[in-house]
Amino acid sequence: MSFLTSLFGRKTSAPIARDRLQILLAHERAGEGQSELISKLQEEILEVIKRHISVDQDKVQIKMDRGAGVSMLEIDIEVPEATKPAAKAD
Amino acid sequence: MAKVLVVTSGKGGVGKTTSTAALGAALAQTGKNVVVVDFDVGLRNLDLVMGAERRVVFDLINVVQGDAKLAQALIRDKRVETLSILPASQTRDKDALTPEGVARVIEELREKFDWVICDSPAGIERGAQLAMYHADQAVVVTNPEVSSVRDSDRIIGMLDSTTERAKKGEKIDKHLLLTRYDPSRAARGEMLRTEDVLEILSIPLLGIIPESEEVLRASNLGMPVTLSNPTSAPSRAYFEAVRRLEGETLDVSVPTERKGLFDWLFKRSVA
Repeated sequence: MSFLTSLFGRKTSAPIARDRLQILLAHERAGEGQSELISKLQEEILEVIKRHISVDQDKVQIKMDRGAGVSMLEIDIEVPEATKPAAKAD
Repeated sequence: MAKVLVVTSGKGGVGKTTSTAALGAALAQTGKNVVVVDFDVGLRNLDLVMGAERRVVFDLINVVQGDAKLAQALIRDKRVETLSILPASQTRDKDALTPEGVARVIEELREKFDWVICDSPAGIERGAQLAMYHADQAVVVTNPEVSSVRDSDRIIGMLDSTTERAKKGEKIDKHLLLTRYDPSRAARGEMLRTEDVLEILSIPLLGIIPESEEVLRASNLGMPVTLSNPTSAPSRAYFEAVRRLEGETLDVSVPTERKGLFDWLFKRSVA
């Protein structure tokens, strides 16, 4: 088969499809568990903050980037105008 | 003990309805009491594929909402007497399906039949979730094509997390049905091979349905393919799949059409 493909100079497409799927699905499956973790984090962090200041559920953004060397957990909370001196967590 | 089976895929157009009809008919042809239930509210097609479109009076929604008795909505197949169909509604909104109503209907069907086969709508929304919720087993219909495999992976995740069995900590049996498979293209590296799909999705293989003209011919006629041409390659694959569903262990092969010399000559002259 390989001499045939090299003869015609065209790589078969199925192995490319398989490799793309394996990479994509590894990523998506990891993401599924992650989004659960994120929503749990969001819920608990919000609970703590609510004890001190009133913030809107939608004004809390949590993001996680998992890199090879460094992973980053980014928490962005928009605090209402009146309580501004209390905290600006970022 | 009745078994509830959902035929699902995530992606549309991969052969859920065709496979529901064929698996249901094949099980009924072996003497089992089978009902096939269309969950695709608003886009019902199982009735059409099975040739029962002119016999629909009441539907799943009518039964769920208590406007009709189950016995009034069930349509008995005219060719296989142990096969029945419960059609979906064509006019109603899918929100008319309530979880409680569906639970009640499935419970009642479990008492009457050996197999309750639920034809899921495409997508991962409410309709698809309700179709899979009560399932003991699932057939994941997949084409050897990237978008179909990806969507199947997603559906497998849902089967393991959002179904009644999953919530009770029980396991749901999942089977892969690979449809529209072309072994010669796979051998040439032009199509994902069965092994590739199995490795990626890692659920057991129920069967490989080869791409075949017989499937379109069957739906043209309003017959499950296992009835319109029981000896054709896809039919043999469905019959084997059904034996595996019943617990038999069989080696999986891709059935091919048995062509005579005349067919071969004819094909050659056309090509």
